[in-house]
Amino acid sequence: MSNKIWVFIDQFKGHAHLASWEALGAGHKLAEKLGGGVTALVFGAQAKDVAAEAFQYGAAEVLYADDPTLADYRAEPYTALLVKLAKEQSPEVVLLPTTTRGRELAAMAAIDLNTGVMPDVTALDVENGRVVVTRPVYAGKLLAKAVCETNPQLVTTRIRAFPKPELNASLSGTPVAVGPAMDESAIPTKVAGYSQAAGGVSLTDAGVIVSGGRGVSNNPALTPPAGLDEKQAEVWRAQEGFKLVGELAGVLGGAMGASRAAVDAGYIPYEHQVGQTGKVVSPDLYIACGISGAIQHQAGMRSSKLIVAINKDPEAPIFRMARYGVVGDLFSIVPALSEAFRKRLGK
Amino acid sequence: MKIVVCVKQVPDSAAKVVVENGQVTWGDAPLVINPWDEFAVEAALVQKETHGGEVTVVSVGGESSKEALKHALAMGCGEALLISDPALAGVDSQAVARVLAAAIKKMGDVDLVFFGRQAIDGDMAVTAAQTGRALNWPALTLVSVISNLDPGAGAIRVERSTEEGRQIVEAKLPAIVSVVKDIGEPRYPSFMGIRKASRATIPTWAMADLGIGAPAAAVKWPELLNVPVREIQTEIISGDSPAEIADKLAEKILAEKVL
Ligand SMILES: Cc1cc2nc3c(=O)[nH]c(=O)nc-3n(C[C@H](O)[C@H](O)[C@H](O)COP(=O)(O)OP(=O)(O)OC[C@H]3O[C@@H](n4cnc5c(N)ncnc54)[C@H](O)[C@@H]3O)c2cc1C
Ligand SMILES: Nc1ncnc2c1ncn2[C@@H]1O[C@H](COP(=O)(O)O)[C@@H](O)[C@H]1O
Repeated sequence: MSNKIWVFIDQFKGHAHLASWEALGAGHKLAEKLGGGVTALVFGAQAKDVAAEAFQYGAAEVLYADDPTLADYRAEPYTALLVKLAKEQSPEVVLLPTTTRGRELAAMAAIDLNTGVMPDVTALDVENGRVVVTRPVYAGKLLAKAVCETNPQLVTTRIRAFPKPELNASLSGTPVAVGPAMDESAIPTKVAGYSQAAGGVSLTDAGVIVSGGRGVSNNPALTPPAGLDEKQAEVWRAQEGFKLVGELAGVLGGAMGASRAAVDAGYIPYEHQVGQTGKVVSPDLYIACGISGAIQHQAGMRSSKLIVAINKDPEAPIFRMARYGVVGDLFSIVPALSEAFRKRLGK
Repeated sequence: MKIVVCVKQVPDSAAKVVVENGQVTWGDAPLVINPWDEFAVEAALVQKETHGGEVTVVSVGGESSKEALKHALAMGCGEALLISDPALAGVDSQAVARVLAAAIKKMGDVDLVFFGRQAIDGDMAVTAAQTGRALNWPALTLVSVISNLDPGAGAIRVERSTEEGRQIVEAKLPAIVSVVKDIGEPRYPSFMGIRKASRATIPTWAMADLGIGAPAAAVKWPELLNVPVREIQTEIISGDSPAEIADKLAEKILAEKVL
């Protein structure tokens, strides 16, 4: 008999997104309450290492589709396959990680399966045999509990909201091979390639984020190179500031974030933006440098475990969210902090 | 080209949103067009300016949603349509998607439909994909660049923002496109646009006009909660020199065991 709980393992070119294992861990917890084991779904081309890994993270069964049409994620063949399998085997719950792919796949499968989708949840519970999710709404200003009255209950788990299970290298199994549900000729989209690498910025799964705001341009002591106009000089100053922010992030093994004001002023690319119209992050440590803490910025970092703020203005709202604060000039504090950690972390 | 853009009305992003007696309230904060949808309107207008045609802005919501539609008209959309029906109270995303799909079908000969990345009230970010699926059209989500659009050949090529960088995808029209910020900053409504929008009469369709019953909601929201207040005692670290402050702060952070 097949399992009630399925987890979609999101992979890219043979590498699973780490949040997939968090979703698998959440699946194990549900299985404890609802009974049975967890079935993992791996779709791709030559992704059998991912299927093997799914067993090591505790999947009781792995449905593995290996086909060139599934090499790059595309909505249509992935949705068609998930829907076909779900119609054949009637899982009660399908969990997916809230990656761009997982969210879209869940959304689309919900239409074909005539059911609902509950994306980006931060907690899962079971009441009367049904899943009750908790999801932040209004940019995390409120929490909503939601239930889906039809099966399968499609849920995507927020990245870093659920612990990753331990990998047990002694576990193994034989995946069940499943075939694709669509022919290439029937798929209406083609992937023509990738234009630009993501620049190594992965804010959503970073454990430490050091962010800079408009304050990073405010260092009158720096003299920009001759020949820059006022705006260019400001951007130059800001980039000097972001070097310090980036250095601290580097020492802590973390990623670099930014406020929208810094992004809009052209100091740093949009992919670094944290907040309502940027990324929602929940690292273990968030250090805000020269950021005032506007409500739209808070929306993106409110759920960080430990928040530290460095700001010249003692009245800056960011201090109200911070466990530790330094009222001072980031241009002297941030490099000193890098040095202090370098000494202590032996780097 | 016949272009549609879907917009939602939401409380302003700066609103203080709280639950009172189980109901969401946002005090006297204004209701505005969802900020992501302004990018969608911009993208629709740019395509119309390049290829000719008409842009119709559509919203599913209450009577007040006309204000969000008027904002889009003032930005330059030609027509607006409100879909409103008491039977739609409490519906979920897949139901809204089915309603939008039915409306798009009824409009006829639509080539492209633009969506925002997500609505900042429910933060679902699923409606574009679901509407595409309900229409059985390709849904190109999280688009940062439309690198080619050829209405004659019915072809579109876009760059999508994904975790690993920009994925270049080609599809045939008609298609759904949801946009992210890189698509281009939304324009401000012009003075003439605002005047025109303020005089516009916006037609309203009910379920009967769409020829469908209200789709049932699968997802229910039994409870809304305020976020538990985090008891934060802010400790300000001071000292005689940046180095002293930094040493103290580093010790405190290490003691929290978050690294
Ligand atoms: C619809 C909408 C969506 C938005 N989305 C986002 C979003 O996603 N993310 C986001 O961040 N914002 C967002 N905003 C913008 C937000 O409202 C604020 O404007 C923005 O966050 C401010 O950025 P900031 O803190 O860097 O700048 P400011 O508010 O200007 O703050 C700069 C801070 O730096 C401090 N400072 C200056 N010099 C120094 C120095 N040398 N050392 C130390 N401190 C110094 C100042 O005291 C000040 O507190 C959004 C706004 C709207 C309307
Ligand atoms: N009620 C609605 N009426 C029209 N468009 C909507 C509605 N709800 C959502 N949308 C569109 O779908 C996008 C994603 O919304 P959501 O899936 O709710 O986050 C929004 O940015 C809008 O473009």
